[in-house]
Amino acid sequence: MKTERSRMSRMSVSANSAFLMVLAAFLIVFPFFVSDYWIDVCVFWGINVLLGLSLNIIVGEVGLFNMGHTAFYAVGAYTAAILSQRFGINMWVLMLLSGVAAAIAGNVLTAPIMHLRGDYLLMVTVGLNEIIRITLINNPFGLTGGPNGLIVLDQFRVFGRVIQSPIDFYVLVWGCVALLLFALFRLQRSRIGRAWNYVREDAVAAESTGINTRWAKSLAFMIGAGIAGATGTIYATKMMVISPDSFTFAASVSLFAIVILGGTGSIPGVILASGAMMVLPELMRDFAQYRMLFFGLAMVLMMIFRPQGLWPSTRWSTRVKGGDAE
Amino acid sequence: MVFFLSQMVNGLTVGAVYALIALGYTMVYGVMRLINFAHGDFFMMGSYLGYTVLVTFLAAVGLPLWLVLLIATAIATLGVALLGVFVERVAYRPLRRSGRLAAVVSALGVSQFLQNAAMLIWGARFQAYPPWAAPDAAWNIGGVSVSLMQLLIIGISLMLMVGLYLFVQRTTAGTAIRATAIDHDTARLMGINVNSVITLIFIIGPALGGIAGVLLGLYYRQIHFTVGWSYGLKAFTAAILGGIGNIPGAMVGGLLLGILEMLGAGYISAAWKDVMVFGILILLLIFRPTGILGERVAEKV
Repeated sequence: MKTERSRMSRMSVSANSAFLMVLAAFLIVFPFFVSDYWIDVCVFWGINVLLGLSLNIIVGEVGLFNMGHTAFYAVGAYTAAILSQRFGINMWVLMLLSGVAAAIAGNVLTAPIMHLRGDYLLMVTVGLNEIIRITLINNPFGLTGGPNGLIVLDQFRVFGRVIQSPIDFYVLVWGCVALLLFALFRLQRSRIGRAWNYVREDAVAAESTGINTRWAKSLAFMIGAGIAGATGTIYATKMMVISPDSFTFAASVSLFAIVILGGTGSIPGVILASGAMMVLPELMRDFAQYRMLFFGLAMVLMMIFRPQGLWPSTRWSTRVKGGDAE
Repeated sequence: MVFFLSQMVNGLTVGAVYALIALGYTMVYGVMRLINFAHGDFFMMGSYLGYTVLVTFLAAVGLPLWLVLLIATAIATLGVALLGVFVERVAYRPLRRSGRLAAVVSALGVSQFLQNAAMLIWGARFQAYPPWAAPDAAWNIGGVSVSLMQLLIIGISLMLMVGLYLFVQRTTAGTAIRATAIDHDTARLMGINVNSVITLIFIIGPALGGIAGVLLGLYYRQIHFTVGWSYGLKAFTAAILGGIGNIPGAMVGGLLLGILEMLGAGYISAAWKDVMVFGILILLLIFRPTGILGERVAEKV
């Protein structure tokens, strides 16, 4: 059985790396053949991959149903915009700062609600998302610019080159994706990653073997929120204007759908599902308006016929198979 | 004092609508332990169906207003009840033996589907109920303005709630519902058809939501495909406030939440009223997840 298990996990690793190699090859060749428009589409795909991967830590790895993830993204974007406007801080520093700000928000806001059961947690995070969005609209202390939002004039700079054109952003965003992927694969295989999965599968058993489940959940929220916040900085410089309209409940729902449809805990699944969410509507104009209709239906069908998602996380299924054989 | 009383009247009106929607959440939760995330969208569909019937079919016919409203409400209610039964059959029943969260995701999917279907059918813009539809009589009682529509909403809601309470407490079908809520398997052993009970729940809950939808459309005149979520979340808060799974709790919670919201809007800040409502939801779940009247839930969680 042991050999069976290791063979299975080797297979899953090779399937994952094959997928990533194909994706990398595609992403490197792709910009040479298409217009700026399509490069921009892929920039937004990349931003959604970053957000999806960050939510995947919370929903996929630890199994915490967070449907207010856009709130942390908003905290990051607004932190960057406000600090950039007031103090003209370098964007790279701001990316770090907004990540830290979002991580703190993720920790503080979710600390009292983390123990809630899945469906309750989901409702509360929806509430949190609305609270943040309304707060942004109400313009507290004149910081957020109200419904009109804020203008971001500064940009990222690399050795004097200003990141402005679609291809610059393309490289920036997918570079970040590559870094994040590397970190996430390392994280998945670490003590922390195993603790997360254990908490997801059986929190009581995890606690009894000495894992501090509260710490594990809190860490997932902090890391997930932090990555979303840092992504918010990229979004802010790309759009140059941020407003509460970008951080609605609907955006949270579509992120949540990306993670669930891709297969909770599955990194290739997130990339595929966010591709489906962002790129398909561009390929098929008629599809654009039916997008969420389709994804809603897909969520129902998926739960009935294929609850493990488009590209299931094999690490998980391997473990379950091993368990059955015993 | 006058201001306080008018906010109370407004609060009771909105609260009555919350209570009607909250009943749907609470009944489904009581019997299936499922938070039906699509419930707010049943309410929204009711609002739109009522609108369509009023505008397209009944505008031209020269029937008296009360009959027109009655027909519109009846059709909307029936339509939403059918939708509820259909959704339960297709999206929830196959998942009854899977994990709790599978059903939750499915419910979210249904909610997205219904919202976007409404957007595609009726458009992304606000639709307005025709001005002639709502009775516009209003009285001034010691400075407090009370409209006929407000009285209608409060009266109809109270009637429905009392009716539902009696139905659940006094009839055989109601007993079957209560038995199923306690334990599906034992209920089945006692000869109760659990599937029919669940179907019944999915007729009553969405039907109440549908009526609430039409009433709200007539009251505020404007409807939008996203009202399902905003009102749904508030009604869910009301259900938690009263103690989810508890029918009188949903009524008390709804009315109380409506009053709190309107007093908050009047005395503190209108712009922050939704923040206050969601703040109440979060505080409740942290400090008293069983709500005011609910004791039963704690053991089930």
